[in-house]
Amino acid sequence: MKPDNDCIIDIRDLTFHRGSRAIFERVNIQVPRGKVTAIMGPSGTGKTTLLKLIGGQLHPDEGQILLDGTDIPGLGRRELFEARERMGMLFQSGALFTDMSVFDNVAFPLQVHTELPDDMIRDIVLMKLQAVGLRGARDLMPSELSGGMARRVALARAIALDPDIVMYDEPFTGQDPIAMGVLVNLIRRLNQALGHTSIIVSHDIKETLGIADYIYILSDAHVIAQGTPEELAEVESEQVRQFMQGLPDGPVPFHYRASDLMQDLLEGQ
Amino acid sequence: MRMRNVEIGVGVFMLAGILALVVLALNVSGLNLSQQSDGYKVYARFDNIGGLTPRAKVSMSGVQIGEVTAIRIDTRMLMAEVEMEIFDDVDYLTTDSSASILTAGLLGEQYIGIVPGAEEETLADGDYIQDTQSALVLEELIGKFLFNEVGD
Amino acid sequence: MLDMLQRLGHRGLSRLAALGRAGQILLLSLLARPQPLTMAPLVLRQIYSVGVLSLVIIVVSGAFIGMVLGLQGYTILVDYGSEQAVGQMVALSLVRELAPVVAALLFAGRAGSALTAEIGLMKATEQLASLEMIGVDPLRRIIAPRLWAGFISMPLLAIIFAVVGIWGGSLVAVDWLGIYEGSFWANMQQSVDFYEDVLNGIIKAVCFGIVVTWIAVFEGYDCIPTSEGISQATTRTVVYSSLAVLGLDFILTAVMFGEL
Repeated sequence: MKPDNDCIIDIRDLTFHRGSRAIFERVNIQVPRGKVTAIMGPSGTGKTTLLKLIGGQLHPDEGQILLDGTDIPGLGRRELFEARERMGMLFQSGALFTDMSVFDNVAFPLQVHTELPDDMIRDIVLMKLQAVGLRGARDLMPSELSGGMARRVALARAIALDPDIVMYDEPFTGQDPIAMGVLVNLIRRLNQALGHTSIIVSHDIKETLGIADYIYILSDAHVIAQGTPEELAEVESEQVRQFMQGLPDGPVPFHYRASDLMQDLLEGQ
Repeated sequence: MRMRNVEIGVGVFMLAGILALVVLALNVSGLNLSQQSDGYKVYARFDNIGGLTPRAKVSMSGVQIGEVTAIRIDTRMLMAEVEMEIFDDVDYLTTDSSASILTAGLLGEQYIGIVPGAEEETLADGDYIQDTQSALVLEELIGKFLFNEVGD
Repeated sequence: MLDMLQRLGHRGLSRLAALGRAGQILLLSLLARPQPLTMAPLVLRQIYSVGVLSLVIIVVSGAFIGMVLGLQGYTILVDYGSEQAVGQMVALSLVRELAPVVAALLFAGRAGSALTAEIGLMKATEQLASLEMIGVDPLRRIIAPRLWAGFISMPLLAIIFAVVGIWGGSLVAVDWLGIYEGSFWANMQQSVDFYEDVLNGIIKAVCFGIVVTWIAVFEGYDCIPTSEGISQATTRTVVYSSLAVLGLDFILTAVMFGEL
């Protein structure tokens, strides 16, 4: 099944190299509006790079990234910053501004981009913090937060401007099970309540399968599979099954490319 | 209230910097703004100016009344011509004043000493001081001394 | 042989590219449409961390350098019987050379390295990327205030350094070694010219401030965002800015005081 035609982001023939290594080769991805789309794959397949490409922080070698029909790599500096106001991004490390309190962190995008009076900004910030359950922590500094809390604050900041698209970079990595559960829940709930489009980059299969509407699996610079979670469970491909079931060896090799072990050992003598 | 401390700190810093600049200007370099007001130009020709340089003091009875602004060769007379700027309020230099190149201390810098004469008329802008005495050059002095000794 | 040539060419090209990026950063952050209202508090905060917090080290080293100059000058000049000239020596060497140069070196070590490390860490923790994604240009928000703060702070620090140094010199020469105070100051005032010496010293300090801050900010912004990359960038800031200050000092001195 193809995702329905209402895509907010349409990536066409995307090619990107880092040095001489191809990260993406003629990749096509459609992100449906208002849904949760997950982009999965083993580490090092350029999932984070994909988000940076969408955010215009990196430039593709070839191909188009269309956000509602406008090609992001073709935008000028100012237009790009305007386009980014429609996106919220949750970074892997949270990336809170360490010299500001929790409240100021969430208020920051509002102060920069809107002309709202202070008490209105205060109301919005408190509502966003309430949504992630951290209204009581508003006066803490980022260094006083646990990893999970920092990520929730960052989430509140990412949705402060009510963006059309929220991108999550590895939201579940390094979280304890409780914090993970909270985040999974939050992402799902926020997506439904606010009606934005979510893009999740992750390699945590169970959690991602639980909330994603549509999934792309990347490996070796290509999309190797796509579909709804149910569809993916039935894919025959060895590669996909290895990834979905977490088998240590398979088409994605356990060993890094190397010559024959015996030969290598003998050569040393 | 953190911002307030920052602002106070920066304010103190700025003030300290500006005060330091004022100290440098007034105390260290002796900059006197009133001295920068215009003066009038007076010229004098010397056979030999020794080590006199522009910006050297021009003084009368040891009090500074101006400074040397330029030194050049008068190509017609083939003598050194010194241009001095005398402060405006010094209006009592007579036309028969004499100018001599003197040395402050044994090894100190050279300056021009002016001794006023007895005329009624005073020097005006562009005038020349006629009565001049050149710098003492050590070699000439020794030479003269030896010559006199022999002459005796 | 060809390999060596190739390596040389490669290094030369990458240096050139880095220089280009540095210039780009400088231009983009300074020429960006100025927004005085949002900028002012940011610049203020940076002046605090770059300038005010450097005051202690500047004042202490200024005092010691002035005192050493006074002592050394005295022991040398006393042999020629012209120890009153010590004030002139202290003031001229401080105002013309030592204040701008030493203050710039200290500034590079104290403030420059901190700038690099701070910006590098912001890059490593994705704060810069996240600013970009919020739609705020980090060049304007992070880099420009730091550049301005450095440009403003450095000359002030150098002036303060000079004054404190002269005070230290007078402390040693006048109060301890007993040089007559009047001749100490008079000699100094006679030989130090405001335009030729003081202003030129300040111009030097301004140039050094621009160069050091620029290097520090660029190294931070351009560093490899790992702990190793940041430590290397910090080292590079101190090394490059020290070399740049000393080299530039020679050029400026030659232009200002030499016959070039």
